[in-house]
Amino acid sequence: MKTVKRIAIEGNEAAALAFKQVNPDVVAAYPITPSTEVVQKFSEYVANGEVDTEFVPVESEHSAMSACIGAAAAGARVMTSTASQGLALMWEMLYIASALRLPIVMTVSNRALSAPINIHGDHSDAMGARDSGWIQIFSENVQEIYDNIFQAVKIAENPEVRLPVMVGYDGFITSHSEEIIEILDDEVVQSFIGKYKPAYSLLDVDNPISVGPLALTDSYFEFKVAQAYALENSLPIIKKVGKEYGDLTGRYYDVIEKYKMDGAEYVVVAMSSTVGTAREVVDALREKGLPVGLLKIRVFRPFPTEDIINALKDVKVVGILDRSMVPGSFGGPLYHEITSALYHFEKRPIAQPYVYGLGGRDITTQHIEKVFEELMEIAKKGKPNPLTYIGVRE
Amino acid sequence: MAINLRELALKEERLVSGHRLCAGCAASTIVRMVLNAIDEPVVVANATGCLEVATTIFPFTSWNVPWIHSAFENAAATIAGAEAAYRALKRKGEINKEIRFLSFSGDGGTYDIGLQALSGAVERGHRAVYICYNNEAYMNTGIQRSGATPRGAFTTTSPAGKVIPGKPQKRKNLTEMMVANGAKYVAQASPSHWRDLMEKVKKAVNTDGPAFLNIYSTCPRGWRTPDDSAISIARLAVETGIWHLYEVENGKYKINYKPAKGFKPIEEFLKAQGRFAHLLKPENAHVLEEFKRDLEEEWNRLLRMEEATNK
Repeated sequence: MKTVKRIAIEGNEAAALAFKQVNPDVVAAYPITPSTEVVQKFSEYVANGEVDTEFVPVESEHSAMSACIGAAAAGARVMTSTASQGLALMWEMLYIASALRLPIVMTVSNRALSAPINIHGDHSDAMGARDSGWIQIFSENVQEIYDNIFQAVKIAENPEVRLPVMVGYDGFITSHSEEIIEILDDEVVQSFIGKYKPAYSLLDVDNPISVGPLALTDSYFEFKVAQAYALENSLPIIKKVGKEYGDLTGRYYDVIEKYKMDGAEYVVVAMSSTVGTAREVVDALREKGLPVGLLKIRVFRPFPTEDIINALKDVKVVGILDRSMVPGSFGGPLYHEITSALYHFEKRPIAQPYVYGLGGRDITTQHIEKVFEELMEIAKKGKPNPLTYIGVRE
Repeated sequence: MAINLRELALKEERLVSGHRLCAGCAASTIVRMVLNAIDEPVVVANATGCLEVATTIFPFTSWNVPWIHSAFENAAATIAGAEAAYRALKRKGEINKEIRFLSFSGDGGTYDIGLQALSGAVERGHRAVYICYNNEAYMNTGIQRSGATPRGAFTTTSPAGKVIPGKPQKRKNLTEMMVANGAKYVAQASPSHWRDLMEKVKKAVNTDGPAFLNIYSTCPRGWRTPDDSAISIARLAVETGIWHLYEVENGKYKINYKPAKGFKPIEEFLKAQGRFAHLLKPENAHVLEEFKRDLEEEWNRLLRMEEATNK
């Protein structure tokens, strides 16, 4: 029988531990709250000779991603970590990393964007990067941070994918929560991710390549469409890797997770740590015999359209919980994507948009209970309410 | 170390013809000189700019060496990443070649928008040579002022107006900033003095640490000069004391061009270029005087630094 190793660890430190076990060739990173411990802890591993990594302590996040791009183009396995303003400063380089098809893995301790400056968790940073061509995976808890990082490496480096992957988790809520997680042996991690074989490398000086040329009206469009197809086509590979990881660890991952969705008429859709809170509420309401369920979106890019449609098509009312805003619009990013996906189906749920938890504002079980109450009223009424903000003083 | 023209002529070109740089642009001449001065394999990072857009129009490339362009302000960070990858992979025994790392940026990508990335990379000590081909304005976007534009020069964002005759500020001394930043080898060069330039490149790539080269690069479009004058104008810049040839090796200064009879009058350099035409008008004499003072200050400081560091 296989022995399972369990440790108590904070989210960021679990990310750093996963980095250590991946033992990448290059980590170029810049500290920012609430992701700082990742680079801090990883620096310790470097200083103590526990990894073979070249650590590049750059002078900004823009340079962090630039150095990651240079290193990945040189054939290295590359990782980094950031949050919030750091991700915003990288924004230009995010598009370049994905378009150059470089399998960089980055954790993002999701945090609000300034102004006003705020260090706490929401998804504004990641949603600002949703069109950057990166694969985006969100983690519900510390175990998932740890597990998602290994899967991210394997997904990113798959020869059919060759795209960067962002592993998100809620700033402070998950990044600074200490949880008991199961960890893998280094050898198990190494055999799961395998040896990285880059398709091209700048260091292959006998076969020189030009990376990042000028592509004008006659070729740019084809490059971008090829890139979009690569991102779309990564969905089955993400699923395959999630299954392989399950076979290895007993923890199976899909692009979405249906929680008590059998016969559910009222469903909440959420991402990251809020899913954990919503599970409690669904359990309690199911105890009372109410037909409620929960849909967790683990992978936001590529958007798992078919999976979501299939999960929601028989539902009466769905409450879509966004932890970021699309100002001037009528719902958050998750709401827009899901309702667009459902538009072409005759039989579809009423969709109610919610925005919650900006700047780390708490979302409690009571808030989610109220959401379910509202969903039931909406079913009776037959139409949704306007965009509703949860837990804000208006 | 010695540069031999006969041997140079036999070397395989590392930047080949067919690119779309303007006739008379010194940038490609400089890049060829730089690459031909190096014996080892090289990896090049290129900032967004004339050199980058004109040499890699898909599906063509003029580069016979591995080359990467990612963005404008980050050639130094990009090459630093490649150099870090090289160190990691070499340590693991996956690479056994000696490879040199270079970045090319214009003065926009070096003096201004790329300064932070450059400063960081130099401070961290990556073994790379950061090269500025300095044409004293943002030429790729159409001749806008930069931190390298000299006082009084016309650019499209420092026009020679009735009230403000050209750029009101003096140019930034980036070369000195790189000395202060701790680059182990720092030099200014000009393609007119090709042997000096190539010797400096050799020193730079053989430096075990960061090196910075600031190379004067004529731009016929932006400087309003004939397209057969790139080298002669670059030479005039050296001979009139607009552009000093010097090097700083581990903090020790050496001036490579000291005319025994003093510098030629700066007017000889100015009158050859449309960008300075207004400075020679009597109403702008005060700007010209200020410009001369800037140059004198730079030169006197250089003489003092050479003396102080060679005691």
